[in-house]
This record gives sequence, C-alpha cells and structure tokens, in this order.
Amino acid sequence: MHLHKYEKYWLTFGVGSLIVFLLITGIMAFHNGSHPPSAKNTINHEKVDEIAPFNKPGVHKVSGKDWDYEVVVVASAFYYNPPELEVPVGSKVKFIATSKDVVHGFEISGTNVNMMLEPGYISEYTTTVDKTGEYLIVCNEYCGVGHAQMHSMLKVVDKK
Amino acid sequence: MSQTTIDQSKVIKENVTVSRKMANKTAEILKVDPKDAKLSMAHIFVAFIALLLGGTAGLLQVLVRSGHFELPWGIGYYQVLTVHGVLLGLILTTFFIYGFQIAGVSRTSGTLTPKQRLICWIGFWTMTIGTAMSATMVLLNEASVLYTFYAPLQAHWIFYLGLALVVVGSWIGGLGQALRWMQWRKENPNQTSPLLSFMVVCNNLMWFVATIGVAVEVLFQLLPWSLGLVERIDILLSRTLFWSFGHALVYFWLLPAYMVWYVVVPKVIGGKIFSDALARLSFIMFVIFSIPVGLHHQLTEPGVDGSWKFLQVVLTMMVVIPSLLTAFSLFASFELRGRELGGKGLFSWFKKLPWGDARFFAPFMGMLIFIPGGAGGIVNASHQMNQLIHNTIWVTGHFHLTVATAVVLTFFGATYWLVPHLTGRTLTKQLNQLGIIQAIIWALGMTIMSSSMHIEGLLGAPRRSAFSDYGGAEIAKTWASYQVAQAVGGTLLFIGIIIFLFIFVKLCWFAPKGEEEFPIGTVAENAEKTPAILENFKIWIVILVALILIAYTFPIYDIIQNSPLGSKGYKLW
Repeated sequence: MHLHKYEKYWLTFGVGSLIVFLLITGIMAFHNGSHPPSAKNTINHEKVDEIAPFNKPGVHKVSGKDWDYEVVVVASAFYYNPPELEVPVGSKVKFIATSKDVVHGFEISGTNVNMMLEPGYISEYTTTVDKTGEYLIVCNEYCGVGHAQMHSMLKVVDKK
Repeated sequence: MSQTTIDQSKVIKENVTVSRKMANKTAEILKVDPKDAKLSMAHIFVAFIALLLGGTAGLLQVLVRSGHFELPWGIGYYQVLTVHGVLLGLILTTFFIYGFQIAGVSRTSGTLTPKQRLICWIGFWTMTIGTAMSATMVLLNEASVLYTFYAPLQAHWIFYLGLALVVVGSWIGGLGQALRWMQWRKENPNQTSPLLSFMVVCNNLMWFVATIGVAVEVLFQLLPWSLGLVERIDILLSRTLFWSFGHALVYFWLLPAYMVWYVVVPKVIGGKIFSDALARLSFIMFVIFSIPVGLHHQLTEPGVDGSWKFLQVVLTMMVVIPSLLTAFSLFASFELRGRELGGKGLFSWFKKLPWGDARFFAPFMGMLIFIPGGAGGIVNASHQMNQLIHNTIWVTGHFHLTVATAVVLTFFGATYWLVPHLTGRTLTKQLNQLGIIQAIIWALGMTIMSSSMHIEGLLGAPRRSAFSDYGGAEIAKTWASYQVAQAVGGTLLFIGIIIFLFIFVKLCWFAPKGEEEFPIGTVAENAEKTPAILENFKIWIVILVALILIAYTFPIYDIIQNSPLGSKGYKLW
C-alpha cells in the first residue's frame, strides 16, 4: 500500500516519537528499576493480625537493608491502622501494606506513592521522603459506604 | 515472481472498475428499510432513556461532591454513582452503537433478511431484559458496586445475571449485523465491501473477543459465588479478566465515532473520503491492539510482574499509530474540501468548512476535544507516570473527554440525521441551530468540569468518592474549589442533555415530514486502492489471538499458580 508523501512524514515523526518515548519508559523501568508497585508476596487475609509484619503495624527502624524504615499498614473498612505515621525527612522508606477485607487504595496525596491493596496480597513500594510536611493518605478505590472517610496521615518531620 | 505481481495488480485494477460500477448501483439504496428503521429506533430509544436517567445521576453526583448538597430519602452516593456508570458507560453506548450500526449495515450492504432482522430483535430483547434486571437490583440498593463491580464487594446475583444477558444479547445482535455483511461478500465476490459495513464487522469482532474475558468472570466466578454455590473467589483473577475486556470496551465506544468521522462527515461537508485503505488499516489496528493491553489499568496492583505490565504498556501505545492515521485522513478530507471551496494559503481553507451545520459541528467539537483526551491517555497508560494519577479524579476527567465528549458529541451529531432519516422527518433550521447551541454548551460544560477534574487529580483527590473534608487535612481544602467548578460544569452538561432530548423528541414525533439523507461518503478519485488483505479477517483473527496469548498466558498462569486464599463476599454499602 502506497502512502501519501505528507502522510509518510507525519507517521515517521509520530512513530519516531513513540519509539523514543517507549525507550525512555523502558530504560526507566529495567535499568533504573522504576517499575510500578508489583510485589508478589501473598498472605491469608483473614489472619493478617497474627502474621508478621502486620501483627505490629507502624513505623519500624531497620538496619542492614537498602532502606531505613519500614512502614507497615493494615487497611480494612474503613480505616488504616495505624491512623498516623511519622518518619524523619531524608530517610528511605519501604511502605508495606495489605487489606483485611475488600480492595482498598493506598495513595499519599500529591506524591507518586500509590498502590492498590487487595485481600491476600502484600503491596510494597520504596521511596525517599525528601520534604517535611503532613501528607494525607487516602483510600482511592471504592470500598463501601465509608470510602470517603477512609484516610490517615503521614508526617515527615525534621531529624531529632 | 514479478509475473504474479503484475497479474495481481491487473486483477486489482479490474476489481476497482467493477466496484466503481457497483458503487453506482448501491447508490440507489438510499433509504433504510422501514422494518430495519424500526429495529434501529428501538435501540436508540433505550439508549436515550438511559441518557436521561444516567445524566440525572451525574448531576446529583457533582452537586453532592461540591459539598453544598445532600441526597434526600437516604439515597446513597454510591448507588447514584452505580446508576451513572452502568447506564451511561454500558447501556447508552451499547444501545446507541447497535442502533447506528444496524442502520449503517442496512444502508450500505442492503436491507436485512427477515432472519437477520429476527436475530437482531432477539439480541435487542435479551439486552433490554438484562438491563431491566440489573437496573432493578441497583434501584433496590442490592448492587451498589459501581460499573466495574470489583469483588469481593458482592452484588445480588440478579445484577450479575442481568449484565451477562446484556453481553450475550450483544453477541446475538452483533452476529445479525455481521451476517448481512457476509451475505454481501458472497453476492459480490472479489470486491471491496462497503466501508461502513466493514467497520461495523471490525467493531463487533473486537467486541466479541473482548467480552469473552468478562463473560468468563461473570459466569464462572461472580454468579456461582453470589448464588452461594462457591464460598470464595480469586480477586486478582477476576480483576484481570475484567480488564481484559475493560479497555477494549473503550474502543468499542470509540470506533462508531470513528465510523462517523471517516464515512459520514466527509459527505456532510461535501467532500470525499481521503483513503478507503487507510480507514480500513486503522480499524484493523484497533482490533489487533484492543485486547492484549488491559494490564495498563492494573499498573499499581500487587501480584503481577512489572515486566508483563511493561509489555502491555508497549502494546497499548501501538494505538498511537491508527490514531495518527485517523487524524491525518480526517484533516486531509477537510483541507481538500476547504480548498475546493476556494480556501487559499496555509489555513484559510479551514474557514470554508460548514460551521453552521450541526451534523458537522458537533462531531468536530468531539474531534477537537479528543486531542487532549488522547494526550492524557498516554499519561495514564505510562508505566511510571500513572502512579501519580492512578485512581485520582484525573482519570474521571480523562474519560469524560474521550467517551463523554469525543464519542457522545459525535453520537449527538449523528442523531441529527439518523433519527429523522429513520422516522421520515427532517432536521429543520431551528433544530439545527439548537444542535449547534447544544454542542457549544456541551463543550463548554465539559471543559470546565474535566479541566477541574484533571487539576484536582494532580493535587491527589481520589475518584469515586463522596464529599469529604478528610479530617480537615490541608490538601483536601485545596480540592474544594475544583469540586464547586465541577458542579458548575456538570449543571451545564445536564442542561445540554435536556436540549438534546428536546431535539430528539422533535425529530421522533413533531418535526416536518420529509426525506433526510443518511450521508455516506465516497472515496476520493485519486485515493490508493484497497489491498484485499485488509478484508481477510482470518489473518487478523490469528494475529489478535496470538497477541492475546503472548500478553496474557503467563500473567494469568502466574496469578492462578500463586493465588492466596480466596475472598468471601462483602456488602459494605
């Protein structure tokens, strides 16, 4: 099939941009390790409270790992446990969360910490918290009548 | 080798002359048969009843979320949201599309046989009964699970059965339309089939393959589980099956709008279709790249490997190519026509287009708004950028540009000739004026509502949420003014719906009797010939199935292999 001359220019430009775009995305993903949250560990969602680390929700300082803090969160209709989190600015934090009942969201508003929490699966995302302030955590997946009331707060504070 | 090539080109040339002759013959089939018209109108009635009810639900939603209005009589926000999503996303679209497609096939391939028409009627009633069943459960507050019905929120089994009937009915109706095209092919061997009918068959084929995933989810997971036959359900599998359908669903909405843009609009402006071959090529590409892409809706989910998500991101982005083809073809049609009318220079041909014709103006506004819609879509499907906006109200803003403007405004524009054509009435000057005003109100309302949704989403506000101050959080205060703006835009859109339905009612029963044209464009004289391979569906089906197997076999195997304890049902509304 023969294409019109201008159409060839147009498609060459378009497909060229597409290839550049996908290359950048691919290098980000596979070279810089910037995949979206895709952890694959599973859990018995009916016994979350008995299983580590979810038997102790909260902020835990860790050593000997690639990150400084583990933030463990348990979601259930319609709240997060714990309701408030505090981490020092500049630390590398691994968020580890799961759901005890239906599908919930875990979104730190205005940041790229954003993951689905599904019963039976453990969601994880590691990031560096580089700005102090109060960050609202909201449930961004419809979970029932109290969905819009489901939130908690992450406080990024100066180092003591 | 070269000998065969020459022979083939000779054959193609002969075919072209034959199809030109045929084109003259088919030009005589100007009017859709009254029995087919009745069938088509039945679909369109259901569609616009859904528009009225679903649009009212939309108005209530934006008012509630503005924080200045509360629903009376204990009606729940999420019940209203379910009504809005199901009626507008599934019912308005599917019924209007089938009404349009039936008329289109009848107009371009010829009147349906009684058997084909009967098949289409059976499809219609199956879908309508299914709709009534699901709607009843939603109204009884037994199914406030939104139109994506994610488990383990568990609706009444009648809700799921109703949706299954809608899908099965759409298979039956789609088959009826495709049979007419197959008959045409049999009666006209070795000829290029009518473009509009070919496009209908592409859309129905894609729809059929895409709905297999959601049908498996409903029939083998949700129904037995909601009936209590099985206790637990695999959540991730159900979501993955849903999204293997969910993205093709948006192309199923979009392709009929593309049919209007490619085939009807060139005729409305008095021009020609730029290239029959390019139009077919872009439809085939939509078919191939519609289904093996659903994981881009699940980028932030646990349980699926990042590499498989990335593969589907790449396949998703392939849609850029047919989109660019389409944009080029449409504007080439416009420019050729504008220059024919004496437009000179780089852009002055643009002014020559028939801006006072609602049949052109409404779809054109749709095309215009599709540009930011498509750009936002690239953000959504991007492997990393998606994380900032996933499940924020940005996404709601996005599909209100694509489906609720590009597609819906095109459907409105199509109604202005399709309905009077089918009812034997005419679009008067006043109704045409009203159509233009309607399109302006719609574009304005949607610009206000959708822009504020996009910005609010970037600021982190979640989608699908009732009004909340989130415990007085500072960031939630920055969302409030955008929510008021959405209520303003949403109110304008509701006014748009009322004006549109007024025009529709006039065109059904009150406009003056007469002949309204069903515009079908002809291909430009010096356009490229259409290669026969584009009509060889066997090849495309093989490629489509191969891509689906490549993209989905391992992820689904992995999900089943590593599945945790399944979930019982919850009714949390």
